Amino acid sequence: MAYEITAACVNCFACMDVCPSGAIREAKPHFLIDAAKCTHCEGDFADPQCASICPVEMAILNEFGEAANPLGSLTGIPVARLQALAAAGII
Amino acid sequence: MELKVLGPATPSEGGCSKGSCGSTDDQMAHLPEHIRERVKNHPCYSEEAHHHYARMHVAVAPACNIQCNYCNRKYDCANESRPGVVSELLTPDQAVKKTLAVAATIPQMTVLGIAGPGDPLANPARTFDTFRQLSDKAPDIKLCVSTNGLTLPDHVEELVKHNIDHVTITINCVDPEVGAKIYPWIFWKNRRIRGVKAAKILIAQQQKGLQMLVERGVLVKVNSVLIPGVNDEHLKEVSRIVKEKGAFLHNVMPLIAEEEHGTYYGVMGQRSPSQSELTALQDACGDMNMMRHCRQCRADAVGLLGEDRGQEFTLDKIDAMEIDYDAAMKKRAEIHQAIEASRDAQRAAQSAKAATATASGLPKGLRSVYMAVASSGQGVVNQHFGHAKEFLVYEASPTGARFIGHRKTDQYCAGDTTCGDAETALQRTIRVLDGCEVVLCSRIGIEPWGHLEDAGILPNGEHAMEPIEEAVMAVYREMFETGQLAPPAFENRSA
Ligand code: SF4
Ligand code: SF4
Ligand code: SF4
Repeated sequence: MAYEITAACVNCFACMDVCPSGAIREAKPHFLIDAAKCTHCEGDFADPQCASICPVEMAILNEFGEAANPLGSLTGIPVARLQALAAAGII
Repeated sequence: MELKVLGPATPSEGGCSKGSCGSTDDQMAHLPEHIRERVKNHPCYSEEAHHHYARMHVAVAPACNIQCNYCNRKYDCANESRPGVVSELLTPDQAVKKTLAVAATIPQMTVLGIAGPGDPLANPARTFDTFRQLSDKAPDIKLCVSTNGLTLPDHVEELVKHNIDHVTITINCVDPEVGAKIYPWIFWKNRRIRGVKAAKILIAQQQKGLQMLVERGVLVKVNSVLIPGVNDEHLKEVSRIVKEKGAFLHNVMPLIAEEEHGTYYGVMGQRSPSQSELTALQDACGDMNMMRHCRQCRADAVGLLGEDRGQEFTLDKIDAMEIDYDAAMKKRAEIHQAIEASRDAQRAAQSAKAATATASGLPKGLRSVYMAVASSGQGVVNQHFGHAKEFLVYEASPTGARFIGHRKTDQYCAGDTTCGDAETALQRTIRVLDGCEVVLCSRIGIEPWGHLEDAGILPNGEHAMEPIEEAVMAVYREMFETGQLAPPAFENRSA
């Protein structure tokens, strides 16, 4: 399975610019990864580039369908706090 | 052009004998002549120029290569106006088109900046494509760029090539331990790097980039976000170091962090600094040229500072515009000449008045007074109280009028109806003016007058159309003459 972009994506272009395989394209409502082109960056880099620059938690899934950047991993905001704010409609 | 009002080498409180001390352009006065010449019509860099000239930002660079704890790339709301927030992302071609349209419609425009959201130098293709086209099609527009500095050293040569003579670097720290509290991660050499190690790399790149730009004669302004308890004390050190390395201006901006912005600081309850904390820090960085009139504009702001005419230049609207840029450029040159002529006249008049004011002397040691001014530009008191979306705050003292900063009345929302709180616009304004004893405006209604008076703020509409500093000093003098500046009775007086 290839890397995949979810609806959490904010269309910021960062991943598209760093993908060594030209696998990422601008699309609406959010960017997309072409599964046939994605190489997981193997042979180019130790870490998948899209997942290493994406600023949004949960926006990129890895080859196992797991969030490459799970909730709380990029901002350091405790997960419980994030969930409470989201439930209250604040963020 | 000759600048008539030159302040002393280091304007300082009290020790200044020149009439120009405390005037709004003393901020620029101790810069070398060649730099003053370059910034005199730049609204963001010259406190005086921002009354006359307009700037615009285009958002073409959404990607970023670091994370700041005060930023959330998800955020985009029409009611919002804070840095990094933008509604309309443009392609380079669209950005060029918009710039040409704005420059033709708003002839006071002098500067096109690429700031955010995102880091322009993390988007070199889009950023430089825009600059390349503009330096060709609109050679009279100054180009500038803001960056977090991470990849700055790699782009210095290209920046110089496009004739970009102003660069802003956001430098919040020079100590990686402090940096680790501001930046959770950076993307560097194809990896996400976190913590102190990340901050160390970022800081080194920023300092290297700063040095390289200065060596090539590019003007560098440094922005710092004041984060209470994180980098407040540290910013004095930052100011000292960037000055030493040749930055010409330091802009310390207050942190904006609300829970609903979803930023780390917002969510974690990090507080913003108060106006007096900001002023105190700006004063403590006294050695460095400080910028005090920054409006923290939106990344796609258009027009004079403090106004935003972005809505007139949406993509569909500019598509319908016919633009003859050569004609527009000629007209712009004429209008700029007229602006300069009137500024010269105003300056000459002001320095004459200021000289007499000092000569007739107010006693030293009088307490200073904060006054708010409603002005829509040109450096005069010319706005109706009820129309003011922001107030300029001045400190009046025996040494003159000193610009302290601006206060917005509706910083984050469109009004009480959308915000859902019960506070009226007037109550909000009164709260925003806290600490000011006088508010100068061209006119004011009877109802707000009463409310202001009740709040201990004296409205004054008698100086409409007068230059701000003169008006401020006239009111101050009047306060002195009517005994309002006498210290309260319970204070011990030695004289
Ligand atoms: S994993 Fe690598 S190759 Fe696949 S989309 Fe992401 S950056 Fe491109
Ligand atoms: S980096 Fe993340 S948020 Fe940005 S476009 Fe790619 S997937 Fe979307
Ligand atoms: S550098 Fe700018 S865009 Fe990037 S995270 Fe910081 S504030 Fe946001």
